[in-house]
Amino acid sequence: MSSVRVLVGTRKGAFVLTSDGTRKDWKVDGPFFNGWEIFHVAGSPADPNRLWASQSTSWFGQQVQRSDDGGASWQPVGNEFGYVGDPGDHLWYDGTPKPWKFTRVWHFEPSLTDPEVVWAGVEDAALFRSGDGGASWQELPALREVRGHEWMPGAGGLGLHTLVLDHADPQRMFAAISAAGVFRTDDGGESWRAINKGLRSGHLPDQDAEIGHCVHRIAMHPERPSTLYMQKHWDVMRTDDAGENWYEVSGDLPTDFGFAVQVHAHEPETVYVVPITSDEFHVAFEGKLRVYRSRSGGGEWEPLTTGLPQRDCYVDVLRDAMAVDSLESCGVYFGTTGGQVYASADSGNTWQPIVRDLPSVLSVEVQTLP
Amino acid sequence: MSADAIGTEVTGYDAVPGPVTVRVALPGHLRALANVPGELLVKASAPVTIGSVLDAVERECPVLRGAIRDHGAGARRPYVRLFACEEDLSFDGWDAPVPPPVVEGREPLLVVGSISGG
Repeated sequence: MSSVRVLVGTRKGAFVLTSDGTRKDWKVDGPFFNGWEIFHVAGSPADPNRLWASQSTSWFGQQVQRSDDGGASWQPVGNEFGYVGDPGDHLWYDGTPKPWKFTRVWHFEPSLTDPEVVWAGVEDAALFRSGDGGASWQELPALREVRGHEWMPGAGGLGLHTLVLDHADPQRMFAAISAAGVFRTDDGGESWRAINKGLRSGHLPDQDAEIGHCVHRIAMHPERPSTLYMQKHWDVMRTDDAGENWYEVSGDLPTDFGFAVQVHAHEPETVYVVPITSDEFHVAFEGKLRVYRSRSGGGEWEPLTTGLPQRDCYVDVLRDAMAVDSLESCGVYFGTTGGQVYASADSGNTWQPIVRDLPSVLSVEVQTLP
Repeated sequence: MSADAIGTEVTGYDAVPGPVTVRVALPGHLRALANVPGELLVKASAPVTIGSVLDAVERECPVLRGAIRDHGAGARRPYVRLFACEEDLSFDGWDAPVPPPVVEGREPLLVVGSISGG
């Protein structure tokens, strides 16, 4: 019988949640790396027992932890992230130059085919790759050449938070950076270009600006690699030409601010977002925790509320904190800044909390195991 | 090597030239990371400086590379402080000698995470 393993990164450690395919009863293991911020935990599609965890604190910097047994044990691997050459400056919040400086790994994206290969999106924004199981990391510096000196951090920092791999074309990748925008490579990272046409960002004096858009998260269905969905600082967006043109699909959402966006495992036109009140408040809209689902690729959305708190709820759901499994009845999962991890085994129709009182959740990933 | 591994009585200073054993007290997060249950004992060659002790710490526990000093330039991380014998050594520079009681194994070099963040 299939099973699922949910990988949770929190402000104070990592947790591994496991269940069989019914997804009713859960085993909670952790905390791992207690007391450290775990921005992201990810599993290799090529070897599900190989996991990666980004472990950091402001005091003691970055560690990369690797597990080869599905999270039962972990070992630290290489943690040196050196930019190629002198990276120079990017822009600070006030528009003044600020030297590029590595702070932490925000996101791991393991290779689809090789368990030794993993990419790391980092702050200050850059993309690194390891081809030796994490022992060493090499930057793909061409990304910063796309006007990197003009990039400016979002409120959470200048982080490369999303890397989407094209399942049909291993040379094509999409990287998203707050607050620079989305970038695409068609040659495995040798060159990149900004793909932000159609994005509208009120904080920019030039609405057609090539860069400077605060993209919160992008998502793709593996079988529809030219269609991507985006939760932007404001607006839910969609492209059908691999980012050449974006158009808004916020439709009838109660608010189009938010962080997370995901696509159903078997229905490329079924999309999930969690509307958040605004960039000023960062809490669930109207005190109700609602996942919104569109079955039409955006535009028309329905609230999913069964099993979720519908009063006095003021948590947030961060950009890396939503995931889907690939069981026949698609499971949807998300974690909150209040420490709850919710699961739905029926595509979002009903929800139950797996755990209620973890530290603030930064990331949620799911592995579907045979 | 941890002090617990060889017993709590710490000796090891040898007045003759050559490596001496220095006690290093790490903060809890770094002890957990390096799997060091108590004080860390490292061999440092004369002249024993703050930098040479940290070099020895990083040789003994490679996982601590980048955790006390940045990779690359090797600067002390901003929220890490170094103390010994009730003195703040954080700004003394890597070539500064450690106090004699540390060289003699009577006092540890303290690596401390700053109290900050509320």
